[in-house]
This record gives sequence, structure tokens and C-alpha cells, in this order.
Amino acid sequence: MKRNTDNKLFETSLMKDALKQSFVKLNPKILIHNPVMFTVEIGTIVMLFVCAWIFAGEKSQGSLAYNLIIFFILLLTLLFANFAEAIAEARGKAQADSLRKTREDTPAKKVFSIGEIHVDELKIVPSSQLKKGDLFICETGDTIPMDGEIVEGIATIDESAITGESAPVIRESGGDKSSVTGGTKVLSDKIKVRVTTEPGESFLDKMIALVEGASRQKTPNEIALTILLAGFTLIFIIVCVTLKPFGDYANTPITIAAFISLFVCLIPTTIGGLLSAIGIAGMDRALRANVITKSGKAVETAGDLDTLLLDKTGTITIGNRKATNFWPANNIDKNIFIEACALSSLADETPEGKSIIELAGINTNTFSTNGAKFIEFTAETRSSGIDLPSELRIRKGAFDSIKNLVTKAGNIFPEETIQQVKNISNNGGTPLVVSQNEQVLGVIELQDIIKPGIFERFDRLRKMGVKTVMVTGDNPLTAKFIAEKAGVDDFIAEAKPEDKMNYIKKEQQGGKLVAMMGDGTNDAPALAQADVGVAMNSGTQAAKEAGNMVDLDNDPTKLIEIVEIGKQLLMTRGTLTTFSIANDVAKYFAIVPALFIASIPGLQSLNIMNLHSPESAILSAVIFNAIVIPLLIPLALRGVAYKPIGASALLRRNLLIYGLGGIIVPFIGIKLIDLLVSIWF
Amino acid sequence: MNTEISGIIFMYVAMVLLAIPLGSYIGKVFEGQRTWLDVIFNPLDKLFFKLGGIKPEKEMNWKQHLFALLTINVVWFIFSMIVLMTMGSLPLNPDGNPSMSADLAFNTTISFISNTNLQHYSGESGVSYLGQLILMLFQFISAGVGIAACAVVFNAMKERTTEKLGNFYNYFIKSCTRILLPLSIVVAVILLFNGTPMTFKGKDKFISLQGDTVNVSRGPAAAMVAIKQLGTNGGGFFGANSAHPLENPNYFTNIVENVCIVLIPIALVFALGFILKRKKLAWVIFGVMTIGFLSFVVPSVYYEMKGNTSIAKLGIAQNNGSMEGKETRFGAAASAYWGITTTVTSNGSVNAAHDSFTPLTGMFAMLGMMVNSFYGGVGVGFLNFYIYMIIAVFISGLMVGRTPEFLGKKIEAKEMKIATIIALLHTFLILSFTALSSHLYAHDPKTYASWLNNPGNHGFSEMLYEYTSSSANNGSGFEGLGDGVPFWNITCGIVMILARYLPIIGPLAIAGILAKKKFVPESAGTLKTDTVTFGIMIFAVIMIVAALSFFPALALGPIAEFFSQK
Repeated sequence: MKRNTDNKLFETSLMKDALKQSFVKLNPKILIHNPVMFTVEIGTIVMLFVCAWIFAGEKSQGSLAYNLIIFFILLLTLLFANFAEAIAEARGKAQADSLRKTREDTPAKKVFSIGEIHVDELKIVPSSQLKKGDLFICETGDTIPMDGEIVEGIATIDESAITGESAPVIRESGGDKSSVTGGTKVLSDKIKVRVTTEPGESFLDKMIALVEGASRQKTPNEIALTILLAGFTLIFIIVCVTLKPFGDYANTPITIAAFISLFVCLIPTTIGGLLSAIGIAGMDRALRANVITKSGKAVETAGDLDTLLLDKTGTITIGNRKATNFWPANNIDKNIFIEACALSSLADETPEGKSIIELAGINTNTFSTNGAKFIEFTAETRSSGIDLPSELRIRKGAFDSIKNLVTKAGNIFPEETIQQVKNISNNGGTPLVVSQNEQVLGVIELQDIIKPGIFERFDRLRKMGVKTVMVTGDNPLTAKFIAEKAGVDDFIAEAKPEDKMNYIKKEQQGGKLVAMMGDGTNDAPALAQADVGVAMNSGTQAAKEAGNMVDLDNDPTKLIEIVEIGKQLLMTRGTLTTFSIANDVAKYFAIVPALFIASIPGLQSLNIMNLHSPESAILSAVIFNAIVIPLLIPLALRGVAYKPIGASALLRRNLLIYGLGGIIVPFIGIKLIDLLVSIWF
Repeated sequence: MNTEISGIIFMYVAMVLLAIPLGSYIGKVFEGQRTWLDVIFNPLDKLFFKLGGIKPEKEMNWKQHLFALLTINVVWFIFSMIVLMTMGSLPLNPDGNPSMSADLAFNTTISFISNTNLQHYSGESGVSYLGQLILMLFQFISAGVGIAACAVVFNAMKERTTEKLGNFYNYFIKSCTRILLPLSIVVAVILLFNGTPMTFKGKDKFISLQGDTVNVSRGPAAAMVAIKQLGTNGGGFFGANSAHPLENPNYFTNIVENVCIVLIPIALVFALGFILKRKKLAWVIFGVMTIGFLSFVVPSVYYEMKGNTSIAKLGIAQNNGSMEGKETRFGAAASAYWGITTTVTSNGSVNAAHDSFTPLTGMFAMLGMMVNSFYGGVGVGFLNFYIYMIIAVFISGLMVGRTPEFLGKKIEAKEMKIATIIALLHTFLILSFTALSSHLYAHDPKTYASWLNNPGNHGFSEMLYEYTSSSANNGSGFEGLGDGVPFWNITCGIVMILARYLPIIGPLAIAGILAKKKFVPESAGTLKTDTVTFGIMIFAVIMIVAALSFFPALALGPIAEFFSQK
């Protein structure tokens, strides 16, 4: 799946399906899950009966045309609300379908066993017949039929179908890179894979079900909000029902249409109609960011995060260290030293080695390496280098290993080089000492390169109230330096897997919500412990099982996006609730005078919008109430923009836009509609 | 400046200036810190603890608190029923007043134990002095219960995770002996020196200038007036309440009594700031309450001083404002000011006839009771406010993109359920019972003709006011309503009980549940509750949720009356 940056909200193909669903969702059995809209449906049905009653000759309820119009507007209100949910689902479904395409039935070369022994007898079966624990073989050009773990072999795999990243990746058995995803393609070699999920239960399947709404459960915040909205609905039921005897007392007959209109206008239909669309759109946004979540709750929790644990390598710094400086020892010519460095790195295929040659800026073809012997890096010597036929032995390695080498040969390790090594360490760099014939030539400084823009991102997180913690295997000095440079708030140096776990537990005991990202099997316990654990798609099955999200892009900075998606989700709900309730002020002033003007002319003074007639006032309010739903669908689907300006400033901003706006907009809207409606009523 | 206006400004300033130090004092009392009254009252407390077998250091969870609260109420309920029904033949009855009938005793007991003090009897003839003393005791008990419940909620709002929220009996007795009793003694002495009687002798007699013999009721009034004002009780010693010259003899006593109405409710807000060490939060809450209060009191004073439009139409000058139903020794401004202070708090004592207020003042008095948390009753006013805070926190928490947190505790479905029910309850009780009486009246005006003194909109206001007053546990009446009949006795009784206990149980439960939750420290993303912005949010929630749902009803009552008079 390519990352979907297409922001077109209403594609024609989706519209058709959503329109159909809008009618299907009128089924009371479906609608009862949304108490606000369910009461609107009851009101609509009552209006239908009222129309029939008038048609049969009843005179007290106003004209048939007026009642019919109210009925249709209420029906429209319902359809708009259903459409909002349907279009959100359709978008989710479209997204899911493009995912699903990657896992259409592909032929699988299943390995059958005879008795206890696996003989590599292969049979082609459809992927849907693969069960958890089955083994299958994939060779060059095959599409991997199911999620699984490599048990044998190594292969390059094209994962662009899932991640959009075209560069192939290497996957091999054992270790942290053993997991393969269904739908990806083997580019070279042959692997034997064990299926790790039951058909229909992979992450992707779960996510597809979530965005399609099939298995969408209400999140805790959504439940609490639904309770509040149901409470508002109840209050307005009381307000409207008691109005009947009040009207009787005041000798003011109130038509059924007026009662139902008042009720529908007062209950929070705007948020009630858009609530589930907002939830689905949140999941959809996560999916568009190429994150698969196991539940809607995880996305919401992401918005609440207090602490983020981030691995240094790949997240904060560009994967590998680079050589940044050559520091020759005293009395050593710099050019000779640089040449020695380049020579020692000729056979060094590591990124660090390459970066040394790059920095040296010497054309390596000029070196005559005939008869030279390259010394590979070993864990024992912890140094590498080259032995030239001219009896030159150049070595490059960590400080203590070269020191050993030098002192063993009876030479002195120069004091100023020791000082230089310390300096480099203090500045967050890694020193590599170079020696020639067991004499120190100088030090190469390797530095971590902090990703461009990462400082700003951490600053943004800090303003959101999220603390960032860098996890690194470096020594505390280096860690501290990088932490400061990158702008993280805290760091765990010389980290062992259990350190992460302990840090998470410590933070959680302080009441904080913690997120972390990981890929290895040894990350699994910490991923499970974290409130939001994001596993990389390239990670092991264990990691993916333990976390509650999977990032298809394997992008360690994805957490930042996830936090914003979570916050947006909650904000959209909160602001639209505020807007919906603030709307009531204007609606009261439209409808209440309209109800009583006939019998208490003095109440005309309450008609501050100067609406044309009681009928036009009621119609305008109901029409406004209906059309505000489709007008807000784009906002519900896109989400309210999150700005990390601090909670109080954010509240002020949203209160001004959606609270004050929610009070003012309907006054203007209802008046404008009234001007139009008053032509007929 | 107009002396009448200077008078009420003086009252307000005095109220706040006294409430701030009182707040710190109350905070110290609940925190168990030493105060200078310990010397006098520690022995008294110890006596009570010993008598009741109470271990004040034994901490309770919120359910145990509720149990203790209800126990106190049930025990005293039974005691009161017995005394009121037999007091005719008990001592301290110099005027030979009769015992109450069972239904009246029931009504009176509920009314006093619920801090409502709706009186369906007249003090002069309906109760003996022993009866008055028992009712006075209730004014301490009901106020003490309210303050104690508030103390539990304060305790629960602290930054920690616990189930143990202090000892209810301890809070209750301290509320009575350390807050209500000392203040009452001071106020009673002031009243005593200004002419309020304090005696166990029977009626006094004098011969008027006309030569008639006039019997004047008296009794231990000064003590009762003090606690009825301080404990937002409002049940007067005499039938005319604080309009009675012996209950409220002059403008000075009027100031003292009026200050007492709002003193403890405001002080409790500052006590919250003291206990939680969140002074700013206390000021925000105080600010919201004050803006709400001012928005009611300013137009009320204006309309009362402006005079009655109907009388103006007759060409009669009203230089002193609308004086119908008011005492000349207080004047229009001080009467309107009292009228609003007594209704925003759940006091309900009156120094003028609320029925005779101009329509909009009547509406603001009702709004004060409908909101019932702009200062509000002792203890319970804050509890009502707490519910609105929870709702405001929830909505604004979502608006800043976080699961809503209130003082470090996450607000979830269970708390929202309770808060929503409690927020609903008041509206439900007022509107549904007014609807019931409207329905009965509308369909059979002849049978129920005795209910309403006034037809039309004003009659509707009378019914609406009665249930609003009952549901707000206020106890003032829009007199003019014939409420001495079984229908009103029973329905008001039901409303009073439900409206008293559920709004105490709800906040207590929420606070208890929240206290048990994990404490989440504040971060830059956390919504701060001690800001002006959040204050505006609470105000908006109260106005839109509480006040606006009464808009249609008010439109048919005072608003219709106001516009029809023009």
C-alpha cells in the first residue's frame, strides 16, 4: 500500500456506497446504538403519523405542507448523520481494500511432513488453507502468502506493497529480522517460513475490521461522552414533555411539530450524528499514516501519552556514526596520519569505515595494495587494519585495545592522545585510535549525526506535554551529549533490555502513560508493559504480538504522528460537542418565542432575531440543525488541527472558535434561512 | 452615591473580607491543625466522641462516609418526629401550643433535616419552645452534615491515591462545634443587643394607644435566628421570618443577618484553596460564583429600585422603588439584595415578600435556586458546583486532546454517569412536578382554585417557585400559593428528600472513586483548572445546562409577566 496522502474527502465512488448505507442505517436496530439519533428517528416517525392524521382531516396541527416539510427535514437530519458515518466507513473500507489486495489468495508452497519427519515435499495450496504452524517455502519471485517467521534461509524481500518503500530488505531466520508479511515479494534466495497467525486474524485483518466498523467497539472516552450526550438528550426530553402541561396552563396549544422541532433542535444532534464518524476517521488517519492499531483505544491512549521511549540509533541519529575529524598525535604529519587512516579502512565495509575514506578525500585507487594483508575486525582484538608488504602494520581500533597493543610492544601511549580520546568522548563522539607498527599515530573522531529536524519535533512534543527519553547503548557521557544536542528530556545510557522495562514501570508508577517502539524479541516484554507499544513491521513476531500497534513503515519517529492523531481524535469530539451545545442558545431564542407568541404577544420581545413568523422560525431552526451536520462532515473526517501551544491556550482557542462561534453562527444561520423560508411561510 | 446602593456594596465587601480568613480557619479545622478555639471546644468534642463511641482517628472510605451521614439523618429524624408530635404535653410550652399532627411533623422534620426549612406552620402558634429548640438543633445538624460532606470531598480532591478520607463523625462534630457554634454565639449576641428576644417566658402583653391588649409572641429567638442565617437554613422563629421586627429589628441587624447568609458558603471555597494548597483554583471558583451572583443581583436591585411598572402606569410616584411587600426599615435595594443572596444560597430566609418582587427579580431569585451553586448552601453549594466542574472538565479535557483529568485524576464513564444523573435531577424534579401541578390546574381549575392567588403567568410562577425552592432545599416561598394542602405537602416533601440526598451522594461517590484512582502528575498537555479560561467554561456549562433548560418555563412565568406589563 502506498502512503495515501490523497486528501479528497468525497470520492464519487465512495459517495454512492455511502448514500446507500445512509438509508440502510435507518434501521432502528442499528440506530439504537446512538441514543441521540435514535430519539430523532422516533420524532421522525411521530411526524409521519401526524402528517397522516392531518391528511385524515385533523385541523389543529397546522397545514399538511408545513408538517410534511418538518418530517422531511427530520428524515434528512437522520440521513445526514448516517451519511457521515457511512462516508467515514467507506473511506476506511477503501483504505482496507487496498490493503486487502495485497493478500488476495496466492498460491502457497506448503511443506508436508510424513510422520514426524519434514521432507521437503511441496504441494501448492491456496493461502487461505494455511493454518497457524504450517510451513511453506518461498523462492525468488514468489509472493509470500501469509504472515510468518523465517525458520530457514535468508532472502531479500520487496515490501513496497505494504510500506511503500521500494528498497528491498533482508530477512533471515533467527534474530530480530525473521518476520515476513503476507503480500510482500521474495526477490532473491529461498526461505522456509512458519505461519504465525490463523487465517483472518492477522493484524491487517484486525485493522480492516476496525476501520470497516464491523468490530469497532466504543472507546472509554467515547462511552463517557455518549453518556453525557444521553444525559443532555434526557434533559431536553424533560424540557419538551413538561412544556405540554405548561402550555395547557397558559392556554397555549402547541403543535406536535413544534414540540418535536424544539426537541430535535435542542438535543446535541450535531455531535450525536458525527460521533461515530469521528472515531472511524481517527482509525482511518492512523491507517493512512501506515500504522496498524489493534484497537481504537490504543489511538486514544496515544493522545494521553506522557513519556516516549525512543531508541537513539535510527530515531534520533542517522543510523551510523560518521568520521568527522582526524587528530594526529604530536610530531606526526597530518597527511601521513590521514593516509594511514584511509589505508586501514580500505577493506572496512562498515559505514564507519567508508565514512573515514570519504573524509580522508584520497583516491584509494592510487594505493598499491599488492601483497597487502587485510586484518579483519574480531571481537578478540577489537581492531582491524592492514599489513603492507613494506613491513607496515596499521591498526585501527578502540582506545583500550590499541593501548594494549602499544604498551605490549613496550611503546608509550602519548598523554596528549589520551586527552584527545577523552575530549572526543565528552563531546558525544567515538574515538578510534590508529597505530602504525605499534606506535600511536592519532585519533579518528566518529560522531553521531543527529537527524535534521529532530530537535524541532522534540520541542513540539515538549509543548504537547510529552517527555522524550533516549535509549542507547552508549556510555553515559556520550549519551548525555547527544541527548542535549537532540533536545530529549532524559536518556538511558548503556541500556540493557530490562532497563527499558524498569524505566517504563517507574514512569507508570508515577501515573504516567508511556509509549515505546521496538522490534526485537527482547523488546517484547517492554512493548507489552508500555501503554502504547509500537512494533516495527520488520520486527519479530513476538514484538508484534506484544505491542498494540504495528508501524508498516518501520519509521521510529512515527510515534510523534500517532500522538497527534490521538489528540486530534479527542479534540474533534470535544470541540464538536461544545459547538453542538452552544448552538442551543440561538435555537431557544428561535423556537421558544415562536411557541408562545400567539397567546402571549408580549413574548415577541424575545424574538431577538426578528424571525418572520412562528412557522418560519421553527422551520429555520430545524433546517439549520440539519444542514450543519453535512457542513461539519469534512471537519469530522479531517479532525480539528492540533497545535502544541499548551493546554490552556488550546482551550482558549477552541472555546473561542467552537464555543463562541457555536453561539454566534446559528443566530446568523437561522436568520438567513428565515429570510429564505419567509417567502413561503 | 445612593446610600441604599452603598449599603449593599458594604454588605458584599464585608461578606468577602470576613469569608477569606474564615476560609483559612475552616481549612485548619478540617486539616486537624491547631486553632485558638481548641482550648474551649476540645473537651466538648471529646465528650461527644465518648458519648457516641466515636474514634475520630479511624478513617473511612466514601461508602462508610455515606453510611455515617445517613445514620445521623435517620436517628435525628425519628427523634424529631417523637418530640414534634408530643411537645404539647412536654415542658417549655408556656403558650400552650399544640403538638403537630403526624403529617405536619413529617413534613416539618424532612424540611428541617434536609436544610430546606420550608415551614407549613407559624412559629408563634405551631410549636412549643422545646419544639423550636429541636428545630434549632436540626439547623445545626443539617448544616453540619452539609459542611462535613463538603470536607470529605475536599479531602478526596487532594493529590494522592487513597481510599481513606477522614472520619465523618469527626468532620460533622467539628463543623458544628468549631464553625457553626462559635459564629452563632457571636451573631446571637449581636442580635440580642439589638432587641431580638431570648427568653423562655411566654407571650408578653401591652396595651396599645387604642386601649387594646396586644399579645406579643417571644421566645429563644436570637439563638435560632443566628443559626438559621449561618447554616443556610432559613427557618425563622416567627412566621414572618426576617421581615419580623423582633427577628430582624433594624438595618444593622439586617446587614449582620445578610452577611451571615453567604459567609460560610464563600468561606468554604477559600477553605478548598487552603486544604488543596490551590489558592488560584479557589479564586477561579469564587470568581465564577461571583459573576453568576452579580448577574442576578445587579438587575434585581435595578428593577426593585426602579419601581413597579403597573403602579407607575397609575401615575403614582415611586421614589423609594417598588415597596410592595417590603419593610421600610430595609428599603428596596437591601430587600432585593437579600432576596438574591437567600436564593443563590439555599438559605430561604426572607426579609420581604418574594411574591411582590417585580417579575424579573422573581425570575432571578428562581434562577438562583435553579443553578443552586453560585455560592449555594453550606457545603452542598460547592458539591453542586463540583458536578458542573466535572462536566466542564470532561468537555474541555477532550477539547485539548487528552482524556479528561481533574486535579490529576482521570474522569471516565462511571463518574460521567453519576455527574450526568445529578445534573439532570434538579431540572427533572422542578419541571416534572411543576408540570404535574400545571396539568391538574389546567384541566380542573375549579377544584384547585384555592391553590393560586393570582391567575395567569404569575400563578405559574408561584407553582414553579415552590418546587424550585423545594428542589434547591431553599425553603423560601413565593407566598400566594395555597401550599398548606396535602398535594403540596406530599409532593414538596418528595422533592425535598430526593433533592437533598442524591446531590450529596453523587459528588461524594465521584470524589471517592476519583480519590482511589492513580494520581497523574500535571504536564504541559494537562488542562489547568485554575485559569480564567476554565472559569469561563464552567460558567458556560452552568448557564447552558442548568439555566437554559428552564428558559421555556421561565418564558411562561416571569418573562411573560415582564413583557406583558410593558
